[in-house]
Amino acid sequence: MKLTDAENAIIEEFSMYEEWLDKYEYLIELGKALKDYPEDAKTDDRLIKGCQSRVWLDYRVEEGRIFFNADSDAIITKGIISLLISLYSGRTPQEILSSDFSVVEKIGLKENLSPTRANGLVSMISKIREVAGSVI
Amino acid sequence: MRACMIMSELTQIRQMFPVLSRKVHGKNLVYFDNAATSQRPQSVVDLWTRISSYSNANIHRAVHCLADEATTEYEQTRDVVREFINAGRREEIIFTSGATASINLVAFSFGEAFVGEDDEVIVTEAEHHSNIVPWQMMCLRKGASLKVLPVDDHGHLVVDALEELITDRTRILALTHISNVLGIVNPVKEVISICHSKGVPVLVDGAQGIVHSRVDVQDMDCDFYAFSGHKMYAATGTGVLYGKKKYLDMMPPYMGGGEMVGNVSFAHTSYAPLPMKFEAGTQNFSSIPTLKPAIDTVKLLNDKELEQNLNQIRDYLLGYFVSDPRITLYGVPRGTNDEKIPLFSFKVDSVHHEDLALILDKMGIAVRSGQMCAEPLMDRFGVTGMLRVSLAPYNTMEEAEYFVKCLNRAIDMLV
Repeated sequence: MKLTDAENAIIEEFSMYEEWLDKYEYLIELGKALKDYPEDAKTDDRLIKGCQSRVWLDYRVEEGRIFFNADSDAIITKGIISLLISLYSGRTPQEILSSDFSVVEKIGLKENLSPTRANGLVSMISKIREVAGSVI
Repeated sequence: MRACMIMSELTQIRQMFPVLSRKVHGKNLVYFDNAATSQRPQSVVDLWTRISSYSNANIHRAVHCLADEATTEYEQTRDVVREFINAGRREEIIFTSGATASINLVAFSFGEAFVGEDDEVIVTEAEHHSNIVPWQMMCLRKGASLKVLPVDDHGHLVVDALEELITDRTRILALTHISNVLGIVNPVKEVISICHSKGVPVLVDGAQGIVHSRVDVQDMDCDFYAFSGHKMYAATGTGVLYGKKKYLDMMPPYMGGGEMVGNVSFAHTSYAPLPMKFEAGTQNFSSIPTLKPAIDTVKLLNDKELEQNLNQIRDYLLGYFVSDPRITLYGVPRGTNDEKIPLFSFKVDSVHHEDLALILDKMGIAVRSGQMCAEPLMDRFGVTGMLRVSLAPYNTMEEAEYFVKCLNRAIDMLV
């Protein structure tokens, strides 16, 4: 699926949830299900440290595609990470750089991206872009 | 009957603070982040607006009417603050931008006057970064070293360790009156008396203390007391440094500029006497006077009935936090509950503080989560952050009960 289609699919899925409670419950579920990140990869060089939650981001490049793996100690952040990974992992750097990453905002989680939250999520998105930029 | 009286008194008090009647995410706002900043009463907003709209002029300089009005507002505030904390002299009250600026002033100027190589400065483990970093910077500059008075597992200062920590190289001790994380009222008088018996002056960080205790600097006998206006209902960018004249006189200015001078020539500048010596540049003359209505508010809220009501809420929340096995509370009173202010920092087993804060926010409850500008204390308790609820006299028992209900619901969602 094209990246923009995948982004739109998620936006549409979230538009079904009118209540914040349902959105959070869904994200918590996603967060709990994300278990692929190995404990020994929770190293300082992969850590994006925030005042609130911590985010670890790892990646590898295979045949021109970037595969991301990430984790967080906070479950809602982890749920959003899970969404981002499903969207951007396995894409080419060109595809990633063509996205404006407004999907998080469009699914009504803008406050989770506010710099005042000082969580690792904002930095994670810039990191994904940075990685894509460096691989190109 | 008594409950009814409290209810109507509280309703009146709450009406003084416009923000308390607003909604967030469609829910009634429950503001439990008072230790970060308190809400402003209308009287504070009105005075700021009046000065900015009708009496805006730079203070102390010009002879025109507006300047006279602005200067009077500003200097009257000094008298009101002096009386409020019972300082001996008005020139012992220095206006700053906040507690952080007050502490930096002392760390710099006291350091210049009294601290040299191999000297020592003592802080406690329970300090806010504002009462650690300025001292660290000064120690680096002077070749001095920083020593730390620890807290025990319940969050109480280990005062017994003080005798051994103080040496003949100790130049000053800085401690918080009430920690912004632990909410325990520290035995400042005892610490000060020990320090003074060894000739060591003491700076007290009163950012929380000024709101939750009746401060009498002469009775406390502290050498410096620093606090912010915005945590006690005044405008932001206002702060106070109280310092004993004998020290302030011996300390060089912190910043150079207008107002703080006697005579200036390129060969030599002499400094103005206290308090101007420490008030270089244009002061925050629109906001500093809001300390007056803010102090009136503090006095009004110090009412006995309201205090009893707030103590009941504190006891209710304290009971909840210590009895729920999923919760670890940091800062538990050893003796009576009066050792603790209505401020609770805690951790919930296998739940992240950020998740709880996000969910509570959606329920209309403003709490603080994270390291609370006290990383060493987080390390001391082995956590990456905590959740904190901090109450003010305008909070109600209904809000506390709603919070407990919501917290339980949030925990159920997350575990």
